[in-house]
Amino acid sequence: MSVTLAPFVRIAGGSASVDLVVDGARCGGCLAKIENGLQALPEVTQARMNLTTSRLHLVWNGPADAADLFARKLEEMGFRAAPYIQNDSDQRDAQASRMLLMAMAAAAFGLMNVMMLSIAVWSGGADMAASTRTLLHWVSAAIALPIAAYAGRPFFLSAWQALRVRTTNMDVPISLAILLACGLSLYETWHGHVHTYFDAALMLIFLLLIGRFLDARLRARTGMAARQLAALQVTDAKRLRTDGQVETLPATQVRPGDQLIVARGERIPADGIILSGNAQIDAALVTGETALQALRVGDIVYSGTINRSDAITVSVLKASSDSFLADITAMVEAGQQTQARYVRLADRAARAYVPVVHSLALLTLVGWLIAGGTPRTAILNAIAVLIITCPCALGLAVPAVQVTAVGRLFSRGILVRSGDALERLATISHVVFDKTGTLTRGQITPDVTAIDHDDLARIGTLARQSSHPLSEALHIYAADLDVAKITEVEGEGLMGEVDGQSVRLGQTSFVGAGDQIDTGLWARIGDQAPVHIPVSDRTRPEARTVVRDLSDMGLSVRMLTGDAPDTAAQIAQELGIEMVEARVKPAQKLAHISALQDKGRSVLMVGDGINDAPALSHANASAALASGTEISRSASDIVLQGDTLAGLPFAFRVARSARARVRENFGLAIGYNMLAVPLAVFGHVTPLVAALAMSASSLIVTLNALRLRREGAYEGPAHPGQTYVSPARTGKCAA
Amino acid sequence: MNSLLWLIPIALVLGLTALATFVWALRSGQFDDPDGDAERMLSDDDFPLT
Repeated sequence: MSVTLAPFVRIAGGSASVDLVVDGARCGGCLAKIENGLQALPEVTQARMNLTTSRLHLVWNGPADAADLFARKLEEMGFRAAPYIQNDSDQRDAQASRMLLMAMAAAAFGLMNVMMLSIAVWSGGADMAASTRTLLHWVSAAIALPIAAYAGRPFFLSAWQALRVRTTNMDVPISLAILLACGLSLYETWHGHVHTYFDAALMLIFLLLIGRFLDARLRARTGMAARQLAALQVTDAKRLRTDGQVETLPATQVRPGDQLIVARGERIPADGIILSGNAQIDAALVTGETALQALRVGDIVYSGTINRSDAITVSVLKASSDSFLADITAMVEAGQQTQARYVRLADRAARAYVPVVHSLALLTLVGWLIAGGTPRTAILNAIAVLIITCPCALGLAVPAVQVTAVGRLFSRGILVRSGDALERLATISHVVFDKTGTLTRGQITPDVTAIDHDDLARIGTLARQSSHPLSEALHIYAADLDVAKITEVEGEGLMGEVDGQSVRLGQTSFVGAGDQIDTGLWARIGDQAPVHIPVSDRTRPEARTVVRDLSDMGLSVRMLTGDAPDTAAQIAQELGIEMVEARVKPAQKLAHISALQDKGRSVLMVGDGINDAPALSHANASAALASGTEISRSASDIVLQGDTLAGLPFAFRVARSARARVRENFGLAIGYNMLAVPLAVFGHVTPLVAALAMSASSLIVTLNALRLRREGAYEGPAHPGQTYVSPARTGKCAA
Repeated sequence: MNSLLWLIPIALVLGLTALATFVWALRSGQFDDPDGDAERMLSDDDFPLT
């Protein structure tokens, strides 16, 4: 993290303030630690941490530069901090959920008072004087009409928008029912009749608003968490100015022709040509290839790759908006459009439900007229049908389940970006893994089993003289030996005298191995024959269990990788994956997934690299590791935190039981309608019955959703001898 | 009957007071950080919203 915070500091009235996104603060302990730690600094006047949004508001007296000092202080405490950039959609989400809360409060107030009056009318019955009853109805109307107009806006607006483009959605019958119920009740009140529906209209609004609010909160929460992850990975570039000074600027502001300095271990911010320095480029996240590429002056480096050698200077060829990364981004966006075509379960239900409700109401109206009822009775019963079939339970069924499920996953460090991602996850039949960085750690491990112990000590001791990543992998074998005459030939290898013997370490030609295989590392001690040290990537410890669990769930597991076939086959065998394809380019990964989809299969893609991003966005559902690249995370539905895949089977279990709960809820709602609708059609529904039936069905649906909280709570290890450790419990909390 | 003329307005005023209190609480940011507030009250030296 080398972003300077000064540009984000606001100065007002002699004191400076900044908003930071803090990563890793999850409990009361962290909160107290951060606030107390920062307030202990003399210049800080206010430090307030918001645990819900992971944002820290800091106010201090002093220069803007001090912000960097606070960020360092936070880092010492074990929390990473990044500037929080006020986002339009954040604002809109907050505004929307605040408006829904206000509407809910107003509806609740109106509902309570109207119900109180209604109870008086019901219990008064025939004993009540007609004038008293009419007075109570007028009071109800005075409360209910303005409240319905205010609190019903979310539904009216959405219904109007749908009608304007000549479609219908769930909000059309809802709005119709509210308007008709209020209109009819007003008419009945005017003529002094017995029944009004004000309470039913308000209850409808209140219960549906709960569903809307849960939905809005879910979206706000997941969206925020995703943006925070992105904020923590702001990439910046170091530009060489004409006067020789180096300035830091956001990677997006790099222009063609700029000269950039890329230090060891840094990501290359834009496509460019190497001007100076011999580079060892790690393209694992871009191509999936684990071996480093040796590049020289004049070669092209691509954005997103990492420089593993000493600092190089790069002349930028293309601005970041039309680089290799931008091509990938275009593919990702195309994929996200196909994903957006997925129809949520609730919408599909609504599509079938809305015409049925309308026809039923119409049939009731016509039926009563044919049977010889007065027009008033016919209309009354038709409206009763509209109200009682109103999708209260349906409107609550999905959001209540999804909020519970997403919250459950959240507590285990699994971030789900939207409710429909959960629905899509439940339908998956095939899981496709990327190799490098996903199933493996993306770190180099040398295989030294074939080397004599003493020789290994010599090689290790020599390797310690170099900071090359391949050498670094051998550092652990170093012994306390005399080293002399060290020479490092850039891009070739390293030689020197260890313990009185000459040792060479490096490429085939450098150690004199001639035309032997050109992978891994070669070493030669004295006049002995050169020895080959194969290097490989080590699999994640939990990968085998995860693959087995997914297979046990009836999923077909595959692996696609950009790496060499030998390496891929070896890893696949180790993990028990049967279907493997190696040397796959981003577009080919995409084609593989499309081919599966054409056969009617539903695919989950799991990856972490830039090369996975197009496949991630085209798959039916996708998961990325939080440690992966930003683009892969933003293309994914699920982000696994804590750098472990262990949460994946759990996410599947929760998604599947969420789908089961949603279906049960639909079943309950339909069952309730089958009971209540005939009563309404034949004119037996009083406002009391309608209100009771509606609230009872909503309550049942909500309680059913809460059962999800227990999902996975008491489950033992998936396989004897193997224990899952949830990311939330692995000491992620720094307190 | 006369009692109704008193009781209904009283009930309405009480309800409106509750609604106004809620709106005030919402506006003054008391629902901004439910997670933090739940934890904050357990710490020994909490910093109430000033």
